[in-house]
This record gives sequence, structure tokens and C-alpha cells, in this order.
Amino acid sequence: MLNAYEVNTLAYDAELCNGCAVCVAVCPHAVFEMDGRKAVLVRPSACMECGACQKNCIQNAITVESGVGCASAMLRAALTGRKEVACDC
Amino acid sequence: MIDLASITATPKIFPTNSHLSTRDRWDHFLARVGYKRGEHRVEPGLYALGNPTPDSPVFVSANYTLSFDALRSSLEGQDGYILVLDTKGVNVWCAAGKGTFGTDEIVRRVMIARLGEVVQHRKLILPQLGAPGVAAHEVKKRTGFWVEYGPVRAADLPEYLKTHTANAEMRRVEFPLSDRLVLIPVDVVQTFLPTLLAAVVLFFLGEWVSSLAALVAVFAGIVLFPILLPWLPTHNFSTKGFLLGGLAALPFTASAFLGHPGWSWYRQVGQALEYLLAMPAATAFLALNFTGSSTFTSRSGVKREMFSYIPAMAWTFGIGILLAVVVVFIH
Repeated sequence: MLNAYEVNTLAYDAELCNGCAVCVAVCPHAVFEMDGRKAVLVRPSACMECGACQKNCIQNAITVESGVGCASAMLRAALTGRKEVACDC
Repeated sequence: MIDLASITATPKIFPTNSHLSTRDRWDHFLARVGYKRGEHRVEPGLYALGNPTPDSPVFVSANYTLSFDALRSSLEGQDGYILVLDTKGVNVWCAAGKGTFGTDEIVRRVMIARLGEVVQHRKLILPQLGAPGVAAHEVKKRTGFWVEYGPVRAADLPEYLKTHTANAEMRRVEFPLSDRLVLIPVDVVQTFLPTLLAAVVLFFLGEWVSSLAALVAVFAGIVLFPILLPWLPTHNFSTKGFLLGGLAALPFTASAFLGHPGWSWYRQVGQALEYLLAMPAATAFLALNFTGSSTFTSRSGVKREMFSYIPAMAWTFGIGILLAVVVVFIH
């Protein structure tokens, strides 16, 4: 596994897009771009799964399993047996 | 839950300005070194920045002093309102991830402050990084206020406010050296005592060089790693950490041979292996933990890294420490 971050849980159904472009606005890594009246997934592997696009997409065209990409938080959750992963920052 | 009494009473508007006092800066310093984390709070509610009118813009922020102060200090000469959400003293982005900087809290604060009566327009300017917790369309539906996502950094607000559009650069989160450097002190403070303890134990188990090795491995993971992050080869934080820890271990490996010419060869090799196994593992583990501080690692990626590398870290670290004990007991 040379790059653990190449693949992620982001999925986008362009059929459902209404062209509002909110996903382009909220994404901190320029994963989406507008092409005419549709959003296009241009850099899917740059997605950090923050969930901003999914949360703001009124069409439910985007799904992503969002969560904190923080090893110490996940490790703590695993060690304490809690399901909820929360960071302390 | 919305407290009825707080809605019916005339809502209070706190005055504020763009000036950062010495006390503010001292508070920022304390926050950066992790002193009383979670207690660097601003009272949630509505603030008047300068002398706002009913047409002035409304900015939304978190009740963490570093977030609130970054916003108000960036808005010098601008009159407006700042709606501070109760994010439990957590910054905007992390609070959005937890949901405390979220739709419900915005709706609640808009109602408590009776914002609809304070301003004539129906627009809230949010930091872009609040978006993971906020559904803009839902805020509109529940309060009548449109959510406008401003730039990532408060510093870009003056430029943004000229046109109310953010260029691509304002929308991107980077992770420059300055942003990585400010994260170092809090990790140094957090690892200081356990590291010191390990160094003392190693001193009594072996010799001062072993203590130094522990300090150097932690220093590499906590200080050097954040600085060198973009320049270390490979993608994964763990492999970057292994490489860095391996480099840090080289002088110690050499010292195992050069420092003890009178030792038998297997004792020299044993001690060299201790360093070569335990140090990279420790550094790699600390490096992996830095994923939480970084601005771009995905949860599924970090998970993949953890499953792939933590066993290797545990094994090499364990064997390294075991070797150290064996070498001590053989002699």
C-alpha cells in the first residue's frame, strides 16, 4: 500500500446534480469543479472525507462516510471500546 | 432545547472591536502551548463589532478565542455583527466535524439573539470550514437566513467582502510551514513527561546514550516531522515516520559499535539493533498521530494506515526493547 489516501468513500451521482455549486464552495481541497451546469468530480483522491459537500447538497447527490481522520482519536476509541470517535482538539 | 426565558428577555448584544490586547495575545500563547485546553472561550451570543446598522453583515464564529479573535482582528474598520456559537471552546473546523458548529446551534443562536429583529437583511456569512456541520438549505428553511460561505481564512475576508465571491485560493486549505510550526508546542508539552520518564528508566537500565535515543526519537516525531512533512518521501505518514526515525537512529547504531570497542560483536550488534528497531517505531507512531493535526488526511486513509503499520510499529518497538533488556541481563 504505497498511498493509503488514494481511495476514499466519496461517491457522486452527477445525474442528481442541480448545478447549485455549493459543493465547489465548501470543499477545502477543490475536489469538485463546475462544468457548465453540472458539478464534476475532478480530484476525488484529494477528498479528506470532511463531509461538507454531502451535508450541503440539497439533491443528496453526494455521499461520503465522513469522520475525523485522526489516528489518536480512532486508537483511543478502539482501546476504550467506544464507538464514537471524537478528537480533543 | 431553546430556553423560553432567554427568548422573551431582550437579548443582550456584547460590544467588541478589532483590537488584540496584550491579554488576548497571552491567551493565544497559552492556547498554543495547550494550557487549560478547552477553556479559551468567548461567551456565546451576538456581538456588535464597531457601530453596526441593521444593514451590516452578520458573521458567524466559534466560541474559541483563537477563532473569534482571528475573525474580529481581520475585520478592522468593518462594522458588523458576530454571532458566536457555543462550540464548547473548540475551533470552527473541529467543531463542525463534531456538529457543535452546526445547523441546530445556528438556528438556536439566531432565535435567542432575535437576529431577525436586529438586522434587515437575511444573510449569514459563515467560515467555509464550518460547512461540515452546517446544511445551508436547512438553516434557510428554519430561520429564513441565507448561509453564505465565506473564505477559509478570516484574513481573506476584507478581499472577499468587496465582491462576496471567493476565488479558488481562498477556498483551499493548505498546510504551510507556519501552520505546522504553531502545532508543535502543544505536542511537546503533551509528550514531555512520558518521554522524560522513559529517558530516566532507560538511564538506569542501560546508559545515558539510550536515554538520549528516546529523547531524539520523540523529538524527531514531534518536532522534526511536522517541519519536514512535505519533503519526506512516500505518501503515508507512517512510512515517512519510519524513514525519519531510521535516520535519527543511524548515529546511535554507529555508537553501538564505535562507542564500545571492547564489547563482543554480538553485544554490539544487539545494541545497534535496539536503536534501529525501537527508534523508527516510536517516531513513526508519533508521525501517524500527526494525521489528526494535518489538514488533508481522510478517515478511511488513516484507518488503512493504522491497520497496515501499527502492528509493525508494535513488533519492532517490542523487539527493540526486549533486546535492550536481554543485553543488560546477559552481562
